[in-house]
Amino acid sequence: MNERRMLGSDQELLDEHYEKVIAEESVCISDNLVYGKPETLTSTPMHYCPGCGHGVAHRLIAEVIDEMGIQEKTIGVAPVGCAVFAYNYFDIDMSEAAHGRASAVATGIKRVLPDRYVFSYQGDGDLAAIGTGETIHTCNRGENILIVFINNGIYGMTGGQMAPTSLVGMKTTTSPFGRDTHEMGYPLKITELIAQLPGVYYCSRVAVNTPVHVRKAKKAIYNGFKYQELNKGLSFVEIVTNCPSNWKMTPVESNKWLEENMIPFYPLGDLKVPKKEN
Amino acid sequence: MKELKLMKGNEALAEAVIRAGCDAYFGYPITPQSEVLEYLSKEAHARTGMVVLQAESEIASINMVYGAAGTGKKVMTSSSSPGISLMQEGISYIACAELPCLIVNVVRAGPGLGTIQPAQSDYFQAVKGGGHGDYKLIVLAPATIQEMVDHVKLGFELAFKWRNPIMILTDGALGQMMEKVELFPQIPRSFEIFEWATTGKRKERERSIITSLHIQPEKMEEINIHLQNKYRAIEKEEIRYEMRDCEDADIILVAFGLTARICRKAAELAKEKGIKVGIFRPITLFPYPYEVLNKLAGNTKMFLTVEMNAGQMLEDVKLAINGKADVEFLGRMGGIIPTPEEILLKLEEINQGVLQNE
Ligand SMILES: Cc1ncc(C[n+]2csc(CCOP(=O)(O)OP(=O)(O)O)c2C)c(N)n1
Ligand code: SF4
Ligand SMILES: [Mg+2]
Repeated sequence: MNERRMLGSDQELLDEHYEKVIAEESVCISDNLVYGKPETLTSTPMHYCPGCGHGVAHRLIAEVIDEMGIQEKTIGVAPVGCAVFAYNYFDIDMSEAAHGRASAVATGIKRVLPDRYVFSYQGDGDLAAIGTGETIHTCNRGENILIVFINNGIYGMTGGQMAPTSLVGMKTTTSPFGRDTHEMGYPLKITELIAQLPGVYYCSRVAVNTPVHVRKAKKAIYNGFKYQELNKGLSFVEIVTNCPSNWKMTPVESNKWLEENMIPFYPLGDLKVPKKEN
Repeated sequence: MKELKLMKGNEALAEAVIRAGCDAYFGYPITPQSEVLEYLSKEAHARTGMVVLQAESEIASINMVYGAAGTGKKVMTSSSSPGISLMQEGISYIACAELPCLIVNVVRAGPGLGTIQPAQSDYFQAVKGGGHGDYKLIVLAPATIQEMVDHVKLGFELAFKWRNPIMILTDGALGQMMEKVELFPQIPRSFEIFEWATTGKRKERERSIITSLHIQPEKMEEINIHLQNKYRAIEKEEIRYEMRDCEDADIILVAFGLTARICRKAAELAKEKGIKVGIFRPITLFPYPYEVLNKLAGNTKMFLTVEMNAGQMLEDVKLAINGKADVEFLGRMGGIIPTPEEILLKLEEINQGVLQNE
């Protein structure tokens, strides 16, 4: 584990690299105003509801894979949740894990193919309820993978039941009168927990509800893949997202609600970055 | 040159795993099989570079197996009854996704936490499904430590031949006792890359997807039909069994694994008393040797099934014999191993009945 920590100024190097490789050709320059599809996304139309954050998160991962030129070396693990069909959209080899087990599946893949880039993509029910054990232990072993955690505070796929991350007072089909902490406990800040574990090298919380947030989210995903390349250990990126359908809001309303309710409880930013060494 | 060694069952099995060129083992401690993980932790990586990882649970182990097996590597796990129960969801996924792998169950008595003593009470779980959905494992039942060793090699061969999970169903007594074994020479690890596996999508091929999700019922039925056709082909090609003195036997003992060995002793004792006793031992529990057993019921009219459970394989014996002969049962449960003497007693009882009827 110690060798992994040696390069103190990794973050600076990465920042520099990111600026060069990614920022320059981003959406702002006129050539890019016509929106193209990243090569790592297939042409299959996504099944996500209009305005859902899953689609944006997919696109960002695909863009980073494209820009790093690692499509042939990346293996993804899809969860059980709305993103169960992620393998229809990413043009890479993928494994579809049982509910909650994506990080164990990713561990299995990475251990036998250590030179591949491996990531899991998991919802809050998947990662922080049924799969909590696998999540904690995968992180604690410092598996050299990237975990992308999609926190929409609800069980999207099964129709809007309460998730471990549902906010206090939040109405869901299984907390119809609002999440009551006395009966249902508190929303779980699993990312804060994860950040404590020594096996975790990089841990960040981002969102995709505004253009600025989208750019930061992409950078976090890039960091995750890059640290994996440098053999640093586990990277964990939480993306706070919406679920317009089960929140029973329009996409615009949902992004506003996310800004006003989710983000104050799940504040954005890095929870753990590599230490600078002198 | 033959390599003979005196070894404990679990350690011999672990040694065979290394020699079979296994790429990865994922497991969680549980008595009476922890020696497998312990032996591999000590020996394996240094000798072949194979991955050995102690997971946080059997649920994690089997899902690590799922991930690693999906890359086309030779991977396995082992456990004992309660741990194997935890793995059932994962095993069902592996069967549906048609991934090759080896799962060893060193059975202990249940239900529940039960006892760490040997039993054969996971027969139904291993042979009839265990997890959800219509799937089959190829189930091998070793009766000696030599067979435990040989079945590791055979298990991996069958796993890749059929792209199917294989289970070695053994028990706590075979796992713990010592016996002389002949070890096969080291097989080098294979670095073959399979088209179907998740190894990174190269430009020249479609992406590989390992999944058991087929949301359209028509597609899901198609997958099921494909699996069933595979299982029928396995039934044609892979049946293995052993017969002793069955040709003109008065009574045929039917038993698998450890109990088949005890039956041998009982048959010898019976011979001294003038009762001709044959032994039929299925080695594959799926596919089950129904037809051979049915043919035996042409000559012999009395069968005695002996198991360390409440009568699980008994149902298959009855299915095989299909009313052509009488099928009696002797079973001990809870970790008790039946003695040759009590089997002899039952044989004498049955023989008396046969004589009276004649
Ligand atoms: C073992 C098991 N239990 C329950 C389910 C049903 N199930 C499918 S998805 C899901 C929740 C998914 O929610 P989340 O992980 O938050 O993903 P989202 O759909 O919100 O993206 C549940 C409970 C299942 N497929 N397997
Ligand atoms: S149900 Fe929610 S999480 Fe699922 S696709 Fe629709 S909006 Fe997205
Ligand atoms: Mg969710």
